[in-house]
Amino acid sequence: MIASILAVLPAAEGIPNPSIPTSWVLLLAALLFILGIYGFLVRRDLIVVFMSIELMLNAANLTFLAAARERMLDPEGQVYAIFVITVAAVEAAVGLALLIAWFRLRATLDVETAVELEG
Amino acid sequence: MSDYLFLIPSLPLLGALLCGILHARGGKARDLAGPVANLAVLGSFLVAVLAFLEIRGHEAEALVYEGFTWIHTGTLLLPFKLHLDALSGFMALIVTGVGLLIHFYSIGYMAHDEGRAKYFAYLNLFVFAMSLLILGANLPLLFVGWEGVGAMSYLLIGFWYDKEGGWPAVAGQKAFIANRVGDMGFLIGMFLLFTNFGTLDVAAMKEAPALSGGVATLICLLLFLGATGKSAQIPLFVWLPDAMAGPTPVSALIHAATMVTAGVYMVCRMSFLFVQSPTAMAVVAVVGAVTALLAGTIALAQRDLKKVLAYSTVSQLGYMFLACGVGAFSAAIFHVGTHAFFKALLFLGAGSVIHGMHEEQDAFRMGGLRRHMPITWITFLVGGLCLAGFPLTSGFFSKDEILWETVSSGGSAAYALWGLGALTALLTAFYTFRLVSLTFLGKERFDPGEVHPHESPWTMTLPLVILALLGLGGGLMGLPAVFVEDGNWIHHLLSPVLAEGRPFASEGGHGLDHAQEGLFMVYSSIIAVVGILAGLILYRNGPERMAGLAKTFRPVHVLLAGKWFVDEIYQVCILTPLAALSRFAGWFDLGIVDGLVNGLGRLFQGAGFLVRRVQDGHIQSYAMWMAGTTTVVLAWLVMQLW
Repeated sequence: MIASILAVLPAAEGIPNPSIPTSWVLLLAALLFILGIYGFLVRRDLIVVFMSIELMLNAANLTFLAAARERMLDPEGQVYAIFVITVAAVEAAVGLALLIAWFRLRATLDVETAVELEG
Repeated sequence: MSDYLFLIPSLPLLGALLCGILHARGGKARDLAGPVANLAVLGSFLVAVLAFLEIRGHEAEALVYEGFTWIHTGTLLLPFKLHLDALSGFMALIVTGVGLLIHFYSIGYMAHDEGRAKYFAYLNLFVFAMSLLILGANLPLLFVGWEGVGAMSYLLIGFWYDKEGGWPAVAGQKAFIANRVGDMGFLIGMFLLFTNFGTLDVAAMKEAPALSGGVATLICLLLFLGATGKSAQIPLFVWLPDAMAGPTPVSALIHAATMVTAGVYMVCRMSFLFVQSPTAMAVVAVVGAVTALLAGTIALAQRDLKKVLAYSTVSQLGYMFLACGVGAFSAAIFHVGTHAFFKALLFLGAGSVIHGMHEEQDAFRMGGLRRHMPITWITFLVGGLCLAGFPLTSGFFSKDEILWETVSSGGSAAYALWGLGALTALLTAFYTFRLVSLTFLGKERFDPGEVHPHESPWTMTLPLVILALLGLGGGLMGLPAVFVEDGNWIHHLLSPVLAEGRPFASEGGHGLDHAQEGLFMVYSSIIAVVGILAGLILYRNGPERMAGLAKTFRPVHVLLAGKWFVDEIYQVCILTPLAALSRFAGWFDLGIVDGLVNGLGRLFQGAGFLVRRVQDGHIQSYAMWMAGTTTVVLAWLVMQLW
């Protein structure tokens, strides 16, 4: 896993590692995304659900970077990745705050208990 | 200076307010209402006298009081403006004068009624509305009074709404609804007047150039429809006989002396317009004459004291419209005046009889009352003589002037109308003295052990005496030329403000002169005397003698006693279809309109019920939907690419 991430990263000289095809990277991102969706849909602990979201965000990031690498390290894609990380940090702060508030209210983090807005 | 004119309506309004407060206080305070109401009307009467004296000598002028701006919208400017000329001044005197006597009478008549303070409040409000009707310088102001008297009439007819199984309340509604039909015509007429003249001020309309024939006819007929409602003429006369459910002084004041003459007054006020349309005049004359005869025939077969008087009122109002129709507006107003005296007298006399007989109204169960109630008897006799047109009484002069004006208005139609009028006069004399005989002469047809007829208190007999004197002397207002040259005071008084018009004159002109007027006066006298004698002789021993006649001419008697079945005809032809239409409309509204609206609502409700299950509150199921649809859309896009 670490190796594959290293492979995607540009070499010290600024040249992408040509031995790893972009499609692999995209496949990895897709796997991560599906894992995230699965976690989001299936797990009942709100913390884990939250972590699943992070996983999906990172899968998106990976896709951005893969595309940037494909286009000779286009900085645009890398800038997007940084944006996403920033937004994810903010979202984590707000989301965790909400989780704490919720826990104080209900003494549980089971996602099934949050059904107040039933139609 | 005529600012004091506003006192004429204001004083009774104030009186009504005070009476209302006294009614709310209850107990002993209610006894004060009578004097308060009387003082208010007395003040009103004195002001009217003052105003009338001021315009005497220069009748063409008018006193005008202009208060605040009442309505100002677009081109319509309606000030609160009162206008007292010879016509409205004379009417104001009648209304406040006769009104005062009846207020005074009511103190005795209503002394023991729980609602007497409320009664006087209504009565005062009536005088307020009536004086507004008379003095209003523009038609909408007149109409406010017109509706006001209608509302008071409704309230006073239904004053004893809990008696007789609620019948008075029904009668009140009937009166109000019949009047609404007429009011519709009046309103549309006013709209048309406004579109044609651009103003509703009577004086301004009078100065304006004449309308074209068709428009004038239409407006006049619409206004006349309003008058038929208020003044109980064909086709809307059915409410007046039922209006007798109210207290008797109310019948005297509202349904004999004043309110019902409002239609005649309005036609005279608008006489300048009516003379522009010979067609409308002819309609007025014919409706008046036919109503007079029809009501006269019905009165022949009624047993109820007040019903007979009610139909005679309808009949006399018919005379007034006949006079209007032949262009003799001053004769109509003359008859309004004398009729106010003697009909108020007759009604108050009837009230006195009913009071003394413990609420008995059936003349067949009376008789011989002259020994028990001498003052009532003498005054009632005077009233009867006036109504019958006995020579030299006021009723004789005014009725004779109408008949003379009719026959001298020229043309063959004039003779036909005179014939109707003369026949009605015969019937009038007959049924009046039938009533006098049944009530006061002959043997007692009640059980003296149970009923003890007694003379009424002086508060009730004093107005009777005054009205009897007025009834006897009222003819002096309009002596015919045969007696005194230029003796027709009322004609001189009113002619400057009334229009001249002879709708039938073109056919034959004034073919008759004063010598013939004397001749026709003799005819009238003979008719009256014959009718009176017939009534006295045929009924001198009670109704039995004539029962055989009624049996022989059974169909006629049934027809007359059944009031020509006009009520029943209206029931079948108008009310029943109307009720059916209402039921259909109700069904349509509830079934179709509401069904459509509610059905649509229910449709959305059901759809919502189905769809809302999607919103189950589980974040994960929302996410599932999102992921699922996104997948599907993406798959579809990918397929497109391939």
